[in-house]
Amino acid sequence: MTEHDISTRVRPAFPRWAALVPVGLLVVIGGFFAFGLTRDPHALPSMLVDRPMPDFTLEPLAPETRVLTNDDMRRQVSLVNIFGSWCSSCVLEHPMLMDIASTGAVAVYGVDWRDEPGAGLVWLKRYGNPYRLTGLDADSRLAINLGVTGAPETFIVDADGRIRYKHVGPITPEIWKNTIRPLVQKLEADAP
Amino acid sequence: MIAYRPKTPSHVLIAYVVAALLAGASLPSAAQQPDEQRFSEQVEKDAREVGKSLRCVVCQNQSIENSNAPLAADMRDLVRERLAAGASRKEVIAFMTERYGNFVLMKPPLQLDTLLLWLGPLAFLIIAAFGWSSYLRPRQSTLVVPEPLSPDELARLETLTIRNPTE
Repeated sequence: MTEHDISTRVRPAFPRWAALVPVGLLVVIGGFFAFGLTRDPHALPSMLVDRPMPDFTLEPLAPETRVLTNDDMRRQVSLVNIFGSWCSSCVLEHPMLMDIASTGAVAVYGVDWRDEPGAGLVWLKRYGNPYRLTGLDADSRLAINLGVTGAPETFIVDADGRIRYKHVGPITPEIWKNTIRPLVQKLEADAP
Repeated sequence: MIAYRPKTPSHVLIAYVVAALLAGASLPSAAQQPDEQRFSEQVEKDAREVGKSLRCVVCQNQSIENSNAPLAADMRDLVRERLAAGASRKEVIAFMTERYGNFVLMKPPLQLDTLLLWLGPLAFLIIAAFGWSSYLRPRQSTLVVPEPLSPDELARLETLTIRNPTE
């Protein structure tokens, strides 16, 4: 029996540790997915936070009330709520807005987005009107200016007329209690 | 009650299908309403260009130019109004990104946090090229051709193989 000559044996193309490379890649890709898939793809960056409320003048829903302008969002902290009579989540949110308005913690304004003036008015009669003033944004000019993608959306504007917070979707009691109300109180305290 | 359905000859059916396809192909785009044709040719042309690069933020995989969403229609209007008012294409796109962020762009810009997105495919291409070339490269260790036997070795082989000629 002769010994096998070791030099003629097949040398592996890769070192042994190379087998761990795919495992490492898997961990990296898995990490990306773990991070990426848990984020809400609909949560858009709020580009307008800390920027001034854009200039606007919106016609009222009822002819006897006056127009809504960005000047109304000065001298006190305001909550600007984008809604529409076509918006089903707005119905869910509405009792919360009624509550907020009744506490008087913040000046609540409404923007009736992409709606018929009559339809918005009927909707407010039916569910109650929490808004100090309501403006009609039938052609989305203000909505686009605010980067709105859907209703309801809510903006908190400080006494200097700057947007300080944006909330997408209905305001829940938790969001009001834990986020919006503390922010409003802080902004009120900061206001001159 | 059983409805009576006359059997349609197959060539008529084929003609219907072809006609439907042709009609569909020749329609400009369902999203472009005739009442949007109230601006000059140039504004309309620019607005189409701009609109194609802006994402419909409620439909996400369509540009505002190709979307039937009401918000997309309003965004198209706004793009046209701004262009008609003298804004450049760049200014209109900047107006939208200031409000909706880079998300509103169909094509993400090349910047630090999108570098991976832009260069990722290239990196994979390089990895693939490396893997493929190392797979194709002949492995020398497996193809070693032994040296031919020297005369001494041949003689030795002779003595070994013809060890027992009587057998």
